[in-house]
Amino acid sequence: MNRLFASLITTAILALVGLGLAQIEITYWQYDFSTRVEAMNQLIEQFNAENPDVVVRQETFPYDAYQQRVAAATAAGEGPDVVQLFYGWTAAWQRAGYVEPLPQEHISHEWIEEYFIPMAESGKIAGEYYGVPTAVRALALFYNKDMFSEVGLDPDSPPATWDEFVEYAQALTIKRGPLYQRIGYGFGGQDHHLIRTVLTNQLGTPPYSEDGREVLYGGAVGAQALGTWTGWILEDEIGELEFVPGGSGYRDGFHTQENIGMIIDGSFAIGQVQNNAQFDWGVAELPTFDNGVQANFGSYWMNGVTAKAYESPERLEAAARFVEFVTSEDAMLLWLEVVGELPAAVSLVGDAELTADPVNGPFIAGLAYAEATQFVDEGAQRQVMLDAYNRVLLEGMDPAESIAIAAAEDQALVDSFLNE
Amino acid sequence: MSSPTPSTPVRRTRARLSLARREAIWAYVFLAVPLLFFAVVRFYPAIQSFRLSLFTWHVDPARRDFIGADYYLELLGNPVFHQALKNTLLYSIITVPTSILLGLGIAILLQAIAHARGWFRAIYFAPYITPAVAVAWVWGWMYNANFGIFNTLIVDWWEFTERIGMPWLQIQPQAFLRDPDLALYAVAAVIVWQQLGFQVVIFLAGLQGIPRVYYEAARIDGANPWQLFRHVTLPLLNPVMVFAIVITTIYSLQLFDQIVNINFTDQGGPLNRTLSIALYMFEEAFGRARLGYAAAVTVVLFAIIMIVTLIQLRLTQRRLDY
Amino acid sequence: MRASDKVQRQLEAATATRPRRRVNAWSVLAYVLLTVGAAAMVFPFVWMLLSSFKDAREVLSPGFWPREFTLANYVEVLTRTSFPRWFFNSMIVAVLNTLSVLFFCALVGYVLARMRFPGKQVVFLAILATLMVPTEMLVIPWFVMSADFGWVDTYWGLLFPGLIPGFGVFLMRQFFQTLPRDLFDAGRIDGVSEFGLFLRIGLPLVGPGLAALGIFAFIGNWNAFLWPLIVAQSPQMRTVPVGIALFSGEAGAAWHLIMATSAMAILPVLVVFVIFQRQIIEGVVLTGVKG
Repeated sequence: MNRLFASLITTAILALVGLGLAQIEITYWQYDFSTRVEAMNQLIEQFNAENPDVVVRQETFPYDAYQQRVAAATAAGEGPDVVQLFYGWTAAWQRAGYVEPLPQEHISHEWIEEYFIPMAESGKIAGEYYGVPTAVRALALFYNKDMFSEVGLDPDSPPATWDEFVEYAQALTIKRGPLYQRIGYGFGGQDHHLIRTVLTNQLGTPPYSEDGREVLYGGAVGAQALGTWTGWILEDEIGELEFVPGGSGYRDGFHTQENIGMIIDGSFAIGQVQNNAQFDWGVAELPTFDNGVQANFGSYWMNGVTAKAYESPERLEAAARFVEFVTSEDAMLLWLEVVGELPAAVSLVGDAELTADPVNGPFIAGLAYAEATQFVDEGAQRQVMLDAYNRVLLEGMDPAESIAIAAAEDQALVDSFLNE
Repeated sequence: MSSPTPSTPVRRTRARLSLARREAIWAYVFLAVPLLFFAVVRFYPAIQSFRLSLFTWHVDPARRDFIGADYYLELLGNPVFHQALKNTLLYSIITVPTSILLGLGIAILLQAIAHARGWFRAIYFAPYITPAVAVAWVWGWMYNANFGIFNTLIVDWWEFTERIGMPWLQIQPQAFLRDPDLALYAVAAVIVWQQLGFQVVIFLAGLQGIPRVYYEAARIDGANPWQLFRHVTLPLLNPVMVFAIVITTIYSLQLFDQIVNINFTDQGGPLNRTLSIALYMFEEAFGRARLGYAAAVTVVLFAIIMIVTLIQLRLTQRRLDY
Repeated sequence: MRASDKVQRQLEAATATRPRRRVNAWSVLAYVLLTVGAAAMVFPFVWMLLSSFKDAREVLSPGFWPREFTLANYVEVLTRTSFPRWFFNSMIVAVLNTLSVLFFCALVGYVLARMRFPGKQVVFLAILATLMVPTEMLVIPWFVMSADFGWVDTYWGLLFPGLIPGFGVFLMRQFFQTLPRDLFDAGRIDGVSEFGLFLRIGLPLVGPGLAALGIFAFIGNWNAFLWPLIVAQSPQMRTVPVGIALFSGEAGAAWHLIMATSAMAILPVLVVFVIFQRQIIEGVVLTGVKG
């Protein structure tokens, strides 16, 4: 009896050990945010159940310090196998070795280019894809319908042109002496994308050339784009930067403080607005110039693999399988439901229900003509644009001069990246 | 060597020598573990960091390219680094003397009162223990151009002067953190505010160590309060004063926490006017994944701090023999 | 009575202070100045506290007093986040670290101040030099080291970089320098051991310096952010500052929760301050030495 018991235990232990040995454990990293963590937990549970030879574990870190964590961990070999990164970081991360190319034998380029919307191509550097997205974002105009009615504007007809936009914003603005009490447009975090990608494209020139080698916004188009935007602050007086303190100040002012009438924000902000706004609000596609040309800035967080995943062919295959799983149509729909972000697959983006939805609709429409500008150094290029408009706003420089300086700085960044 | 002499002097000499040697040996015994700690935890990692400045950064050491002094040359010509350098030196020049003088002054005032000392001490110390994120948020609101308390008071005054017909008394509302000329001073004020508690505690501890015997003796000799301060307090406070000056300077040259969060969207301030070297280094290291370049910045910063500290030590050290 | 004891008693008698209870023009002026300064010092701090009682909507407004005091933020942080765990971690690390700092910095400070040996200036400068490299650049080498030795995600990993701060050594050296050399020389002649000189003669007389160091070590540890963030891999090893960072995301920050957490984070530090500062002010001698 004892011997039978002993051999049963031994067999059980051996079986468990055997299973354990055969299972590959891979780690997935993203920044910590309740709905994203929740969505990913659900996806991981499904994946683990359907793939008994792989166990996926999620680890999350504060958004403010995400890059620091990835840098330290990958340097020490303690990093993740699959990592979520902002598409704009691709060039910097690839250069530093935080992320490796997606294995083409498991994730083919044809599949990527066929399945995902064209924006996904911005994850490609020197012929290799470094990640694919579960969800994408675009920009749209959020506006306060109650405030519109209050000043006599029609709450159901948001501005369609920039001239109307300025006019409406001026009606919404209230000043007290030299200070603003309420502003028509909340200037803030997305404005450098607005100038660099949206306004320039609307005026006829993309910010960078097709092959990414040349900065194109340094001339007349760029000057007009920058000049228009700075004119909103300096001449039209429809608002100013850092009206409400905080990185998210422009958004907070819109949905909670109700001292901002309109903001241009990404679809990732929908959740915040929905949860906080206690007034009637609407979303509209971005206004255009009189020439009617539409443009938008798209962006996304994408899932990539790291050097750790390349440690063995089995690991790599498991990691690739997981990447494919979290970017499947079902995963995208789950993400849409739990996190509220738009799907990245061509097959889903044209969904009738989504397009008709009053909140998601304008973003979907924007995706159709959105550009996910490819950055070689997102941090530095962002600073270039911030400096460009600050020179005009704070030092009174002429926009044409300022944008020329910015373009030169940007070109230097592009050149140094291409030379490495 | 020497001609034979009575045994006692020789024994005394030998005894004195071995006493000194014993002392030196014990010193190194005590220092053994700490020095090992410093070597492993601070010197070695620092040297590793410095070494990184000669290579392009890659997590895999095999894929780092040796580029020698390229990053240093880049530093030399980089206008953003120059601005950061200028800002950092300004921060030091402004905050070090101010916080030391204020700290010393407050410590002396606290010694002069008899009641409610505990309350005052706690109040002056409170900013020092407030987490940096809360400090940045509160001051960001206070400095806010449209709603902040400073501009609100200024506009109230503005309206008041309009009403009493004296518009020439008006002060313009300021953009504070958005004003390239004012932003650094605004941030410096926050830094002094926050660091004051540190200075107060240090000087209170230092003042406490001065024996009253000296004060009494000087008073008997007819010294007035100012003379007491100049000839008793200050000299006896010298070791603590040296500490305060050197440490505050070293920290001011590495300012990071208070600066990083106070400008929310443009962390280096409008046109980089509040950017410090440490913040610049941090952004390059983690915002742009350029650890090699950041390491070069670290080396340069280290050199600057070392030079400044050596000068300060030379100027302020006075041997206390009494 | 031994020579060192005699000198020590004289020093104790000389350093004993009792605050004067006379109110004169000078102390009135002191009260006035201190009160004016106190208002400026405490105003932002009070705002932070008041904000912690405001709800999520009101915390973003410029008003000073909450229209409605609410404890909801505190409740939420205490029950719906891992704050208790963060607090516990921070506490362990800060307490253990402070003990290490007090002992080692005092010892090394004493050696540098009142012992004679070759290479003293070099050692002092080398230790001072460790203050001149910002820790932001050291976190990656530290993490690589931690990964090699298995310290990632452990208390030791959180502790080890801060065990002997150069700043503490410098502080204690200066305080030991205020003690007369004769004291220690007398002790040596009396045959007191070197460690005995440190422990029984030097240490009791630098009470105020130790207390100041204790406060700063505790605070520095309590508010440390970058290294605890890097070395903690799992949610169970997070400390309070790392936890606070979780309240910020891509689309905004939960300021009402951040303020409440910050307010709660200050409490232990206040307690430590109150305990230690009596040491500084009253200069209570740590140990009585009998001959």
